[in-house]
Amino acid sequence: MKIKFQLNGQPVEAEAPIDETLLDFLRNRLRITSVKKGCDLGECGTCTVLLNGKPVRSCLLLAVQIDGEDVTTIEGLSKDDNLNPIQEAFVKEYGFQCGFCTPGMILTTKALLDKNPDPSIEDIKIAFEGNLCRCTGYDQIIESVLRAAKLIKR
Amino acid sequence: MEEEIRPLPKFDYFSPHSLHDLSTLLKQLKGGISFLAGGTDLLVNMKKRITIPKVIIDINRIQELSFIEKRSNNIHVGSVTRLNNLIESSIVQENVPLLTEAIRFLASHPIRNRATIGGNLCTASPAADAAPPLLALNASVKLKSPDDEKIVPLSEFFVGPRQTVRKHNEILTEIIIPCEKGSNAFMKLGRRRGFTLSVVSVAAFGIIKGDKFEDIRIALGGVAPTPIRAYKIEEMLKGVEVSDRSIEKAAEIAKSISKPSKRAKRASVEYREAMARVLTKRVLMKIAFEERG
Repeated sequence: MKIKFQLNGQPVEAEAPIDETLLDFLRNRLRITSVKKGCDLGECGTCTVLLNGKPVRSCLLLAVQIDGEDVTTIEGLSKDDNLNPIQEAFVKEYGFQCGFCTPGMILTTKALLDKNPDPSIEDIKIAFEGNLCRCTGYDQIIESVLRAAKLIKR
Repeated sequence: MEEEIRPLPKFDYFSPHSLHDLSTLLKQLKGGISFLAGGTDLLVNMKKRITIPKVIIDINRIQELSFIEKRSNNIHVGSVTRLNNLIESSIVQENVPLLTEAIRFLASHPIRNRATIGGNLCTASPAADAAPPLLALNASVKLKSPDDEKIVPLSEFFVGPRQTVRKHNEILTEIIIPCEKGSNAFMKLGRRRGFTLSVVSVAAFGIIKGDKFEDIRIALGGVAPTPIRAYKIEEMLKGVEVSDRSIEKAAEIAKSISKPSKRAKRASVEYREAMARVLTKRVLMKIAFEERG
C-alpha cells in the first residue's frame, strides 16, 4: 500500500507492505536504524518514535497506520550539526553508556518536556516507565532530563 | 517458556473511516476478523502466533468511536478512546474518578498513548485493569452489528479468559458509565509498581450513612477466569456497621469466592486467593476512612 506521511518535518511517499510493522519499515526500507529492535513486544522502549508528538512503540504499529500522520525519530531533533539541548544534556550528564536505549530515551524526553517543561522526578519516572536501560541504573538519565529542562528554559 | 517472536503473518487489511463504511464491510466479510484498535495486544499475539487473523479491520480512523461526553447522568466513552486521553479527561476525573485511578498504572505511559478502553475490555484478560472499576460502577457496553445495536451490562459481557459475548460481526462502540456520588478505592498488586500486569486488583464504590455501609459495589480482577463482581460481599455488607469485624468478614468472602485458574502465569492459586483477601480489606478500609474522616 502506498503511504504518504511527514518524517522529521519532510514529506515522504513510500510503498509499505500491509503486514510490516512501522519499526521494520523504518529500519529496512527507509534505513532509519536509530529506531532499535529490542524486544519487538512493546516492553523495552528502544523502538520509540513520536507519532503526532506522542511517544509510541513502532513495533506495535503497522506501517500503513501512519499514512497522513507525523512521525519524528531522533534524526529530527538536531539541526545541521548542532545537537538539540536534550542531546547536549544527555552527553553532559553521561545519560547513556552503550547507547542502545538512547534514541528512545531522548525522544521520550522531548515529548515529556514539550508537554511539561518543568517535570518533577516523579513525572520523569512515569514518562519513562516503558523505556528500559540495562547500563546506567537510570539516575544519570533522570539528571539528563532535569538538565535538558534547564537548558531549554534558558 | 516464552513463545517465539516472528514477523507478522499475512492478512487482508481494511481501514474504514466511518461506522457506516464498517457496517458495509462487515456484511461482505465472512469471519476470521480481528479489529485493530491500539494494537498493543493484537500485534503481540500475532507475532507469537496466538492470534492469526485472516482480516484486520483497523478502527483507528473511525472518528465517531473516539469521544468522552457527559449525557444526563451518564458518562459515554467511545471505544477507541486512548487510555491516556481518559486519564487526562476532566469529565472522567470529576464524575468517575475510580476509572482514572485504575488505569493510571495500566501498562506504561507510551502503551497508554495507543491502548484503548474498548480494546482493554474486548481483549478480556482476567487481569484487565479497566474491568473491575467499570464493573463496580455498573457500566454497560454498546455492541453494534451491521443490522442491530444492543446495550449489555458489563457484568454479562465477560464469559471466560479472553472470551466475551461479542460476536464476530459486532463491534463495541461505547462504554456507558452511570455517575454516582460516593467513595472510591482501587488497588492493584503486580510484581512491581511500574509497568506491570496485575496479579490481583480490586475496585470498590461505596456509600456510608452514619456508621453503616449503605451501599457497596466491589469487583475483583485476576482471581477468576473473568473479572468478577463480588455480589456476596455486597449483600453481606449492606446495612451493616462499618467495623474491623465486618471488613474482615468481607475480606474472607473475597478469598472464598476466588477461583483462579491453575494455569495462570505470574502467581499461584494460593497467592491470588490470599491477596484477594488482603486487597479487599484495604480497599474497604480506604472507603470507610474516606467516608467517616
